[in-house]
Amino acid sequence: MTSAIDTEHGRRTYSAYAHPLWRRLLVTRESAIIGLLFLVVIVATFAVPNFDSPLTLTFLIREIAPILLIALPMTLIIITEEIDLSVASIVGLSSVITGLGVQAGWPLPFAAVVAILVGTVAGSINGALVTFVGLPSLAVTIGTLALFRGIAVGLLGTTAISDFPEFWTDLTRMNIPGTPMPLIIVPFLVLAIIFGVLLHFTPFGRSLYAIGLNKEAAAFSGINVGLTKFWLFVMSGAVSGYAGVYFTLLYNNARGDNATGLELQIIAAVLLGGVSIFGGRGALPGVIAGVLLIGTLSSALRLAGVTSDIINVITGVLLVASVVSASFLAWLRTKRVAAIGRKKGRAEASDG
Amino acid sequence: MFTLKRKRFGVGLAAIAATTALVFTGCASDGSSDGGSSDGGDSSADVSITMLPKNLGNPYFDTSTGGAEEAVSEIGGTFEEVGPSEASPTSQVQYIQTAAQQGVGGLIVSANDPEAICDALDEARSVGVKVVTFDSDTNPECRDLFINQATAEGIAQVQVDLITEQIGDEGQIAVLSASANATNQNAWIEMMEAELAANHPNVELVEIAYGDDDDQTSFDKTAALLQTYPELKGIVSPTTVGIAAAARYLQTSEYKGEVALTGLGTPNQMREYVEDGTVTAFALWNPADLGYLAAYATAALISGEITGAEGDTFDAGTLGSYEVGADASVLLGDPYVFDADNIGDFDF
Repeated sequence: MTSAIDTEHGRRTYSAYAHPLWRRLLVTRESAIIGLLFLVVIVATFAVPNFDSPLTLTFLIREIAPILLIALPMTLIIITEEIDLSVASIVGLSSVITGLGVQAGWPLPFAAVVAILVGTVAGSINGALVTFVGLPSLAVTIGTLALFRGIAVGLLGTTAISDFPEFWTDLTRMNIPGTPMPLIIVPFLVLAIIFGVLLHFTPFGRSLYAIGLNKEAAAFSGINVGLTKFWLFVMSGAVSGYAGVYFTLLYNNARGDNATGLELQIIAAVLLGGVSIFGGRGALPGVIAGVLLIGTLSSALRLAGVTSDIINVITGVLLVASVVSASFLAWLRTKRVAAIGRKKGRAEASDG
Repeated sequence: MFTLKRKRFGVGLAAIAATTALVFTGCASDGSSDGGSSDGGDSSADVSITMLPKNLGNPYFDTSTGGAEEAVSEIGGTFEEVGPSEASPTSQVQYIQTAAQQGVGGLIVSANDPEAICDALDEARSVGVKVVTFDSDTNPECRDLFINQATAEGIAQVQVDLITEQIGDEGQIAVLSASANATNQNAWIEMMEAELAANHPNVELVEIAYGDDDDQTSFDKTAALLQTYPELKGIVSPTTVGIAAAARYLQTSEYKGEVALTGLGTPNQMREYVEDGTVTAFALWNPADLGYLAAYATAALISGEITGAEGDTFDAGTLGSYEVGADASVLLGDPYVFDADNIGDFDF
């Protein structure tokens, strides 16, 4: 092999390592999850009575809306190999702030803005501890998970506030006129497009993958790793605050213990959607399909009369299977690349 | 290379197959557990009732579910119990929504919050589900009927009856209550005092002690009462924590069998004290009867026999006939008295 670049040879080398285009598009983890989602929907439509009703879609979207919302920033955070475990506590805190605000006589939109600001501040505390203090996000957000939840429960005690203006609580359960689609899907779609463009079509998004794959290399190529992460946690806090307002109005109930355990459902859905917990890999369409898959599966199973503990077992098995298959595929890929390398090495040796 | 590709494809197939299998087994288990009568859900004339307690795995609600199940099998309908593992209002909402989707005839629910599940219940009612609360009510406008386990008058009356009977209708008694500002406890105690003054002139209520619904405090307050009043003949504790703590003190003291103890307790807490003679009888409602009555009331709503209007009457199997009272509520009746003869029948 000469020093000049042999384009024909180069292309052949590349195609030996890569899959053909159709396979790269069709046989990805994202397409597998989307396929699985369609399969579950089709099977449930035929096998579960009452599943194919408009009411199912309405209730399903309403129930998973907070998960869908928070999964967006969570995806970006996990791609940079960090994690935010405090999101559900921020939802609880924002819920309490909304409740206390309304109780104090604020108009609801004002209380909501304050609640979202509180969520944003909470997120920036996470971001500052991770970025400027340099602590691992796992440790930081386990701490703030307890801290924010503690403040939320402390502010309201074990009581609940439920006298919200009917106009707003009705709005959260309204459908887009003429469809069974809840109106609350609209802000999600807007946010999904914003996050999708940010992640997949901007240098900022590419820098997230670079950070997740190799933080040092990313830093050397001019990416401000710390500041990037800081803004991700701020976004996560703001979106969680927004989800908290929505959660409060949907259930007409501001409580300190609202959304307890939601963080695990969000992270499970993100991982199921093909985002690697080791960073650097994942796409938003897969994550959205992952959230829909878990939601649809549990909705269908509940309709079929399966008890919640068995639903948890099935979701757990699905999640473990998806993580195991991801590792297995990664292992196969390294084996395959090594095998190609050996074959090429032998071929070149015999040429020479 | 081909073999490698095929392996990868195989993994994907296997994953899809596994999930499909899970989905199918989920559905298959539904078919076998529900029997044939609920298939399709279009036969809305059938009595199909879903019971949603505060949480699952709670012996009190297991007992009430048992009662409801018995009633539904007498009526000849289908019955299902669903519920969250932890008693939180938001987790009840998804089960209410599922019941609405399934188009069940009636939903019997013990509310974790009087307000939070209201909108979900309203939605269920708007698609034709009859909603009956039991044990713990929602706001009256969110349900068709509330099955009330006991009234304050009934609770006060049964405790006075029990203690006066046990001490021979004369002598000193004391009350061991929960906290000094517990609304329900204070209302009962006031009614008990009025009843004692009116019908039991030889019984003297010497002190109302407060154990704060704390086991140790109640235990210590029992000791103090017995030392302060050597002539004390009986203690009434209208709280499940207080009565159990007082019984534990009496059991190991010289007063066992000498000083009578009664009040409100659960059979599982009080079993050993009833069996060894520390306590003769105590009261609470019977959760099995409560569930049984709720199921009959729900069936009556589904069939259109009643609408929940005041004065409506319906038949509740072995419990007899009931009338709907004010605020669309039905009273189960007098509290149930547990003693050595019947305590073995209960587990909650």
